[in-house]
Amino acid sequence: MGKKVLALGEIRDGELRNVTFETIAAAKQVAGDGEVVGVLLGEDVSEFSNELLYYGADRVVKAEHYNLGNYVTDAFTQVFSQVVEAEEPEAIVMPHTSPGKDMAPRIAEKLKCGLISDVVDIEGSEEDATFTRPIYSGKAFEKKTVTAGTLFVTIRPNNIPALEKDEGHTGDVSSIEVEVNDLRTVIKEVVKKTSGTVDLAEAKVIIAGGRGVKSAEGFKPLEELADLLGAAVGASRGACDAEYCDYSLQIGQTGKVVTPDLYIAVGLSGAIQHLAGMSNSKVIVAINKDPEAPIFDVADYGIVGDLFDVVPALTEELKKVTAEA
Amino acid sequence: MNIYVIMKRTFDTEEKIEINNGLIDEEGAEFIINPYDEYAIEEAIVLREEHGGEVTVLTVGDEDAEKELRTALAMGADQAVLLDIEDLDEEPDHYTVSEMLSAYLKDKEFDLILGGNVAVDDGAGQVGPRLAEKLGINQVTTITKIEINGEKAVIERDVEGDVETVEAQLPLLATAQQGLNEPRYPSLPGIMKAKKKPLETLDLDDLDLEEDDIEAKTKTLERFLPPEKGAGKVLSGETNDQVTELVDLLKNEAKVI
Repeated sequence: MGKKVLALGEIRDGELRNVTFETIAAAKQVAGDGEVVGVLLGEDVSEFSNELLYYGADRVVKAEHYNLGNYVTDAFTQVFSQVVEAEEPEAIVMPHTSPGKDMAPRIAEKLKCGLISDVVDIEGSEEDATFTRPIYSGKAFEKKTVTAGTLFVTIRPNNIPALEKDEGHTGDVSSIEVEVNDLRTVIKEVVKKTSGTVDLAEAKVIIAGGRGVKSAEGFKPLEELADLLGAAVGASRGACDAEYCDYSLQIGQTGKVVTPDLYIAVGLSGAIQHLAGMSNSKVIVAINKDPEAPIFDVADYGIVGDLFDVVPALTEELKKVTAEA
Repeated sequence: MNIYVIMKRTFDTEEKIEINNGLIDEEGAEFIINPYDEYAIEEAIVLREEHGGEVTVLTVGDEDAEKELRTALAMGADQAVLLDIEDLDEEPDHYTVSEMLSAYLKDKEFDLILGGNVAVDDGAGQVGPRLAEKLGINQVTTITKIEINGEKAVIERDVEGDVETVEAQLPLLATAQQGLNEPRYPSLPGIMKAKKKPLETLDLDDLDLEEDDIEAKTKTLERFLPPEKGAGKVLSGETNDQVTELVDLLKNEAKVI
């Protein structure tokens, strides 16, 4: 049998985000031997449609409109709903990112269906698919299933592996005429605070600082290490409250929940709220003066020492290793 | 300004989670107002102080949630409503909760509905946008600043770290992100006054709903704790030796760099 599944891609700052390919992989699993239709919404998305095919979509539907340049709720909800009407899918997969979080519940309500948000793992396919998602910010997990209506899930970036890219994989690319009416919200300005830096949600490596970093200036060595590793910089609530850095960097039960391959916690004690936001990272390194700090309980590797000695030394050592390689 | 705030009673973020018979063990746990909803309550009170009007706090839950509603009243909300689902046979999901809220709100007059962008227990963030859709109103999520200007709201929102300034038409549902404000603590006179403020409890019959109409569309099969991590390796020696060993371990054992 197999299911027909829509997989929504995401374009940010003129680039296709990685989570798009993970969304396609998730859709493939849900579809069984059914069909995965990649969907792209934007002003002009033609340059990206082949990428969706290379990563496993069976075909691609483009919806282009001058009101889809930046994400706004009304425009994207209206247009995606028109794609759903035209395609009549049995299942939908979207990224659990800023646009996905904003739009998916609205679409689900419109379709009067359930929605399983922030999925990190999928077992089985079609009707038998079960979806694992974190609860209590990762202090626990639950397995859910859909009991009625369209099967609709959003997936957390960085958890469900994308399929291998295959440039030989082809498929049909079509366009759909869409309408956008009455936009009730208008974007006036966007201030990029993250440009040039790596996005926390998608980062493979995160260097996070806590109160031990002592000042905004104290984040410098962490930033140098992050630059070298192509990592994102994060922080504990303590560091944000002390105004060493912006709240947008906060990781924890309030703040962002992250699951990178490597998490380096620097001068950060590891309060339970912080651990909730990062303890499911694949490998955790703790650097702290206090050997009793709870962060060492979740760390795979720990160094007890002054971060202002250890971090620059680590950066130097990594430079050597990269130079050798 | 007529403002409704949707809020949820949640586990204190300090609590450890334990599971018994597939359910989260609530025995002896401390409960709080979901921290993101607390920002929404604070903002509603600030907006009322500036523009006049009323703030009503609204929750879906059982009678235990009266405590958190009273806390919101003590902060300064004018009245509270509990939509009681104690008698539901099946476990509710986001669909159930949104249907309850919209059944109550559909014939009310309001300019603004505020809520948290996510609850720290379930973490899905569905109820706000679902409710906005069901009521057919505008929505702006993850807001960090809001000013009301006649029929419009000028809002700053957090988009994964970037700041987006938008102009949004009222009536509007907006969800709070951290950074919106510093929620006040209830004052002693506030707590005294809260005892006399109206707290209304409505059940399915009062809302003219049948259990079948609001039946969950998803089901939880299992809840479990993440696997316990074995003790990590704490390195020793001179800083330079430790760092060399760490890089070697990350490269050759953990294979993450």
